Amino acid sequence: MNNKILESIQVSKFFHDPVDIQVLKDINFSLEKGEFVSVIGKSGCGKSTLLYILSTMDTDYTGNVLIDGIAMRGKKEADLAKIRNQKIGFVFQFHYLLNEFSVLKNVMLPGLKWGNYSEKEVEHRAYEKLKILGIENEAFKKPNQLSGGQKQRVAIARALINDPLIIMGDEPTGNLDKKNSEIVFEIFKELAEEFNQTLLIVTHDNEFAERTHRIIEMQDGMIIKDQKIKK
Amino acid sequence: MNFKLIIDVSVSLLLARWKQTLVAAIGVTFSITMFIALLGFMSGLNDLLDGLVVNRTPHVRLYNEIEPTKDQPISLSRKYSKDYNFISSVKPKNERLEIYNNGAIMNALKKDDRVLGFAPKITAQVFYNVGAIDLTGVINGVDVEAENKLFFFKDYVTTGNYIDLKNIPNSIILGKGAAQKMMANLGDVIQVTTTKGERMQLKVVGYFESGLQDIDKVQSYASIGTAQKLLGESNSYITDIQIKLKDILMAPSVAKEYAHLFDLEAVDIQTANSQFETGSSVRTLISYAVGITLLIVAGFGIYNILNMMIYEKMDSIAILKATGFSGADVNRIFITIALTIGVFGGLLGLIFGFGLSALIDQIPFNTAALPTIKTYPINYNPKFYMIGSIFSIVTTYLAGYFPSRKASKIDPVIIIRGK
Repeated sequence: MNNKILESIQVSKFFHDPVDIQVLKDINFSLEKGEFVSVIGKSGCGKSTLLYILSTMDTDYTGNVLIDGIAMRGKKEADLAKIRNQKIGFVFQFHYLLNEFSVLKNVMLPGLKWGNYSEKEVEHRAYEKLKILGIENEAFKKPNQLSGGQKQRVAIARALINDPLIIMGDEPTGNLDKKNSEIVFEIFKELAEEFNQTLLIVTHDNEFAERTHRIIEMQDGMIIKDQKIKK
Repeated sequence: MNFKLIIDVSVSLLLARWKQTLVAAIGVTFSITMFIALLGFMSGLNDLLDGLVVNRTPHVRLYNEIEPTKDQPISLSRKYSKDYNFISSVKPKNERLEIYNNGAIMNALKKDDRVLGFAPKITAQVFYNVGAIDLTGVINGVDVEAENKLFFFKDYVTTGNYIDLKNIPNSIILGKGAAQKMMANLGDVIQVTTTKGERMQLKVVGYFESGLQDIDKVQSYASIGTAQKLLGESNSYITDIQIKLKDILMAPSVAKEYAHLFDLEAVDIQTANSQFETGSSVRTLISYAVGITLLIVAGFGIYNILNMMIYEKMDSIAILKATGFSGADVNRIFITIALTIGVFGGLLGLIFGFGLSALIDQIPFNTAALPTIKTYPINYNPKFYMIGSIFSIVTTYLAGYFPSRKASKIDPVIIIRGK
């Protein structure tokens, strides 16, 4: 029970505009520490919507989400921001790096926001993360000087900076070519297997999904298949 | 720590769009500069114009008005006390303009703590004789030293030395206009005739320039003794006592008190020159209105620029929020941006405003009306600088508040999903 890092209890969501549509129907599942999970399904099946609810960014739903055993329902915006900052790392389809800052500073920002470490330590940790991802040589460049694959790796480093409980990805390889997708996948795999990092990745790349440890398949707002893959 | 981070992010956003930032800051700088310079200049002019009147006008003037008696004999009669009476065409009786028992009055004034000083005066109607023509005029008999001390007499005597009026017997300082009409030079002797037909010869020792041409054409100054001699009166004869108080605002109440106490007419400066006070307060109002309009316009400039910045930075705001910055943090970032623009722009504005004021202060301004003024007047009242700096911060804060509130409410999901 204490190993449950993320739990979704009876999560439902409606879109009201233009007509009432139920996009998620009583989603129940949980994630344990160190799991490498992918969520697949056709476009519009509600997988991204679920991810944003689990990430606390979307608060307009029924049911409840527990992160590290703590209920997210009814928490204030500032508290949710704190949880996103400390417990969740994000990787999106688009990298969303801030061009005003150097690569290193981009990685440091969530760490500085937390304020758990001194600026020097955060800088050191950020540099370590970049090293794990093999892009420490680009640390002082601006994000717009990097290639797409490198940018996505910087985004992963940013997600890792506060040692989150879970990393969530919304089609992190969706914008990348074959080679870069491979690199990103290898990074995720390494994180899961060597660092025991929990990962929840939404994707529609079945090849990608098949190589993860667990596949959750969704259709019409419901989980239709939840299978673990034996290695 | 957190505060430092917010400043860090704000500064980066500012510098990333430094051209826009500069435009916004220049807007604030310009408006504060103009606000300071405009108010300094306007109130400098105001003080100058007020000074024209206030310097030379007694705060309270005591005199004897020739007027019909207020109490007609019938109203004193007990028999008709319950009746109404109407008396038409009442005339004043033969009364002198002299202030009776003025020695005692002046002694009482000397003892009054509220009084800064007083100057006795005689007003005499005369004709200046120029060949066959007589020009009407007024000779003011003044106590030269008191007049100079209280009403800056020296400043208005443009030619000749004012003290000669006291030292040279039977001397006169002519109004500039009157002197020109008579073609009287310094040292010339002119002849005047009083209303009673007495003639007297007076030596011209100076010219007097008040700034008001109509007055300069008519008025002249002589010493009290000369005026008494001219009118054929004793040396206790005076017609006016001009009083200057320590606090000008007390004038109305003091005037009322003296009128009652000495049984004389007493006019205070506020009543005598109410139009000046109205004029100067309206001018102040106009300059404040213009200044504040400038600041508000600058505020809208900042508002627009921040608004645009927020639209451009939607993605950044979304990702900051996704990685743990709360709405309040985002709010603070944009408020910091606005205040930075306001503080730096405002500070430069204060400096430039002071510079522009100093520059205007150097521009020559020579006018016949104001002999003592050589350059444009400027008022360096710190109050304007205070108002300017407070207003620049308040406007920029408000200009930043609304866009930043919008930024803080941006939902990251909508932006991230929208890609």
